[in-house]
Amino acid sequence: MVAKGRIVWVSGPAVRADGMSSAKMYETVEVGESKLIGEVIRLTGDVAFIQVYETTSGLKPGEPVVGTGQPLSVALGPGIIGQIYDGIQRPLSEMAKKSGDFIGRGIATTPIDLKKKYKFIPTVKKGDSITGGSILGTVDETPLLTHSILVPPNHRGGVITNMVGEGDYDLEHVLAETQKDGGYNTELKMYHKWPVRHPRPYTERYDPTVPLVTGQRIIDTYFPIAKGGTGAIPGGFGTGKTVTLHQIAKWADSKVVVYIGCGERGNEMTEVLVEFPHLLDPRSGRPLMERTVLVANTSNMPVAAREASIYTGVTIAEYYRDMGFDTVLVADSTSRWAEALREMSGRLEEMPAEEGYPSYLASRLAEFYERAGRVRSLGLPERSGSVTLIGAVSPSGADFTEPVTTHTIRFIKTFWALDTRLAYSRHYPSINWMLSYSGYLEDVAKWWKEEVSSEWFELRAESYHILQREDTLKEIVRLLGPEALPDEEKLILEVARMLKIGILQQNSFDKVDTYCSPQKQVKLVKLIVRFYKEALKALREGSPLADIRAMPVISSLLKAKFEIPDEEVQRLDGVENGMIEQFKKLQSKEEVKVVV
Amino acid sequence: MSESAAIEYTKVAEIKGPLIIIDGITKASFDELVEIETSDSTRRLGRVLEVGHGKAVVQVFEGTTGLAISGTKAKFLGKTMAMPVSPELLGRVFDGLGRPNDGLPDPIAEKFLDVNGEPMNPERREYPTSFIQTGVSVIDGMLTLVRGQKLPIFSGSGMPHNILAAQIARQATVVGTKEDFAVVFAAIGVQYSEAQYFKRSLEESGALRRSVLFLNLADDPAIERIITPRVALTVAEYLAFDMGMHVLAILTDMTNYEESLLEISAAREEVPGRKGYPGYLYTDLANNYERAGRIRGKNGSVTQVPILSMPADDITHPIPDLTGYITEGQIVLGRDLFRKGVYPPVNVLMSLSRLMKDGVGEGKTRSDHMEVGNQLYDAYSRAQEVRALAEIVGRSGLTGVDLKYLDAGDMFESHFLKQEKDENRGLEETLSRTWDVLSTLPEGELTKIKEKHVRQYYKETK
Repeated sequence: MVAKGRIVWVSGPAVRADGMSSAKMYETVEVGESKLIGEVIRLTGDVAFIQVYETTSGLKPGEPVVGTGQPLSVALGPGIIGQIYDGIQRPLSEMAKKSGDFIGRGIATTPIDLKKKYKFIPTVKKGDSITGGSILGTVDETPLLTHSILVPPNHRGGVITNMVGEGDYDLEHVLAETQKDGGYNTELKMYHKWPVRHPRPYTERYDPTVPLVTGQRIIDTYFPIAKGGTGAIPGGFGTGKTVTLHQIAKWADSKVVVYIGCGERGNEMTEVLVEFPHLLDPRSGRPLMERTVLVANTSNMPVAAREASIYTGVTIAEYYRDMGFDTVLVADSTSRWAEALREMSGRLEEMPAEEGYPSYLASRLAEFYERAGRVRSLGLPERSGSVTLIGAVSPSGADFTEPVTTHTIRFIKTFWALDTRLAYSRHYPSINWMLSYSGYLEDVAKWWKEEVSSEWFELRAESYHILQREDTLKEIVRLLGPEALPDEEKLILEVARMLKIGILQQNSFDKVDTYCSPQKQVKLVKLIVRFYKEALKALREGSPLADIRAMPVISSLLKAKFEIPDEEVQRLDGVENGMIEQFKKLQSKEEVKVVV
Repeated sequence: MSESAAIEYTKVAEIKGPLIIIDGITKASFDELVEIETSDSTRRLGRVLEVGHGKAVVQVFEGTTGLAISGTKAKFLGKTMAMPVSPELLGRVFDGLGRPNDGLPDPIAEKFLDVNGEPMNPERREYPTSFIQTGVSVIDGMLTLVRGQKLPIFSGSGMPHNILAAQIARQATVVGTKEDFAVVFAAIGVQYSEAQYFKRSLEESGALRRSVLFLNLADDPAIERIITPRVALTVAEYLAFDMGMHVLAILTDMTNYEESLLEISAAREEVPGRKGYPGYLYTDLANNYERAGRIRGKNGSVTQVPILSMPADDITHPIPDLTGYITEGQIVLGRDLFRKGVYPPVNVLMSLSRLMKDGVGEGKTRSDHMEVGNQLYDAYSRAQEVRALAEIVGRSGLTGVDLKYLDAGDMFESHFLKQEKDENRGLEETLSRTWDVLSTLPEGELTKIKEKHVRQYYKETK
């Protein structure tokens, strides 16, 4: 029985309605005359506490509330890729058609175009047995993506009694009919619905071993994240969280990218919409939009829908994972999601924990990040896919001890700490290499060794060691000045500077530098490590540090990242040869001096 | 919401702080406008914050001083707060609630717009890419303002943020067009003299006739401030998207706005978030700041320059902190430079324009623009480090290159940053000055600039 009640109280996004004794927790309801969308979040007697996903201005007690009997769900089928949705999977383009340039209220839309026809190629036939999660066939969703049509994961299985042949069908067309003993008969279409707050099931979970290649040197080389892993990127404002997330969304070697703008700027979503159709995936050469889904609930859009947007996004990512794809979800920013929780909790008059956040903040974060992973999907044929979750955190006052940051750190394995001071000096990405860490380093080393270079792990360690040395020496310099150091330590400072400029800093807005292939990454690090070794040798053989500092090759090393594109990476050999030449000259100059 | 007949109630249950709680409510809606009549027949405006169980919590804009439990009448007007708009608004001065206070009659309304606005559909936004020349070197060269951007000025007490904002309002042009900006100015709890300075500055430059002013001064009702930016931005959106004008909206001082918000939150006994501010402060601010931008297929734009004073010059205070998370960058004024007598005292290292990358470069300004901007940041940051070091070890403890950075830092402040309050520098001059500064450094230090630009613009010293 569907619940039908009346509003008794309104305050901002929170509404109380009575006569709701048949409503279920987390059921979606229509609120008021204008049928605003809401969700039941508490039941007391026959009073339901409802969070409303739209502005409640003008809503008054006495207006009706009607249950839908359904939990908040997303529609999953072809047509999702390339879309921009709000937090509850309403396509923003559809909303614009109905309410113009500004977002109106009570707009009913269909999340995916049910009328659109796709060419369906069946992979099962009449008489085959299927189980939940099995693949019925495929359609080409975009030129980049062959979409597998899945049996809903909660399907109880059966035998196909009727199956369509290859052909063009729309989403409402029944593709297969199944039967099972006991009268469990079903009709399967090209799409199904799934409640967003329930993780989609899988057969088995694997350890992540393959890195997510992002083309960002400090991430890939120093603090890698694995496919199916979790990462967080906290930073004060202006430290470049969004730019870094955009970079990952653009260049990560993943089949599908879900980008959630959760309580962030409208223009940033527009930027993605404007930019992605023109950017080409470095691997396939196709526009990035053909693999991207956007969920946009900007900061001025209703706060409750912001809370839901994270779940909408991760459910979509899991759906593509179940087809056997690697997917990445980036959420900017989880702090705004936490604030939405806090706001609703405040209106529920719950006892607050730290800084007003609800006591269940940590468990909600844990549940969210647990939806990452590399898994074997349900059903047949056998396949595996992954969901990588990356969340930005916006700590108030750039203070990493605030609740959202401290709780997030407990549930993620890669931590990219953005540093306000680095950002002030325009060192971008401003990921602090002393505070950041990756729990996947050992896991992905094998991949690097086999796929890119046997030296990767050692080069990484050697160069990182130089950076660590510099960090200690900096203290002395701060007190005594650089001239107080012996030459070998001054060389450390010089090489650390080269690593910072030539490797760690990367310009997202430069055509060449924005993406750096793993091959080029290794080569660039190798050149600077080699420079250090040669310079140290020269220094010990008597070359003055001033002469080493004046070597023209330094400038070439520092500019190689943007002067030499990936496809001409062999030009770096030329730079290396030039470097050796210059060191030889340096040495002969010494010998000349000795002779004189 | 649809308008319905007004209903009058007389049963006041409680008055506390800026709130009045009315009992016996049979019909009232969330956010509804309420007219309150005191026993001596003066009228005040308020709006519903919470309604249910026969009660309505109403926030009174003019404050509750003088209200009594008996004899107070509340008329629920059956509509949300709306601002009458028409082209006639240009050149007019209004109070903080949008009522004329220049002695002229009410403008004839073309239509009424809800002051809360509606969120712009991100899908309909046009990404901002048009460079605005402000004639202020540090902004044009390093913190470029783009049409449709929201770029706040973070200031401290006594610093010349209003002078800078007025200079931007006078000088702002979009290069290559003859179009002038319309200015919407909202004074939120500022002193009479500050508002007057701004008004005079617009008058003298002849810009007043394409301006709309909203004045809530320091001695005006504090709760009214909740509405002031909203009416101002409603008018800005109208001028931009209905009349196709390019609008520069200046809101000063947002800190006062937020304090009024805090006052209401405290009166409602809400659970506080950080430092006592309400948990929804971010969302509330965003509802104002996000009302900037451009719309696809429409001519106009709203560019926002909110001004806020950082309590105790602390940038991590919730007000500047949350603002910075919403706006597209920030211009931070620095106390040290101010003391040194540098105008504008912009602390560039803490400042940022997120949209600069999209507004400059080949075809928009000059191909080296972004690179020299970045190199200047780098150079000035290094100069600051060297300065700190020189304090300890003296100049003799510095390397030769470090000394060059010291010079570059001084030259940056005296030759590039510093300018007159009425000096309008062209872009070529600004960029030329950046190269004057960068050319004091050895070529090899210019690691953020492409070879070809170094060859083209680097000025060899004799």
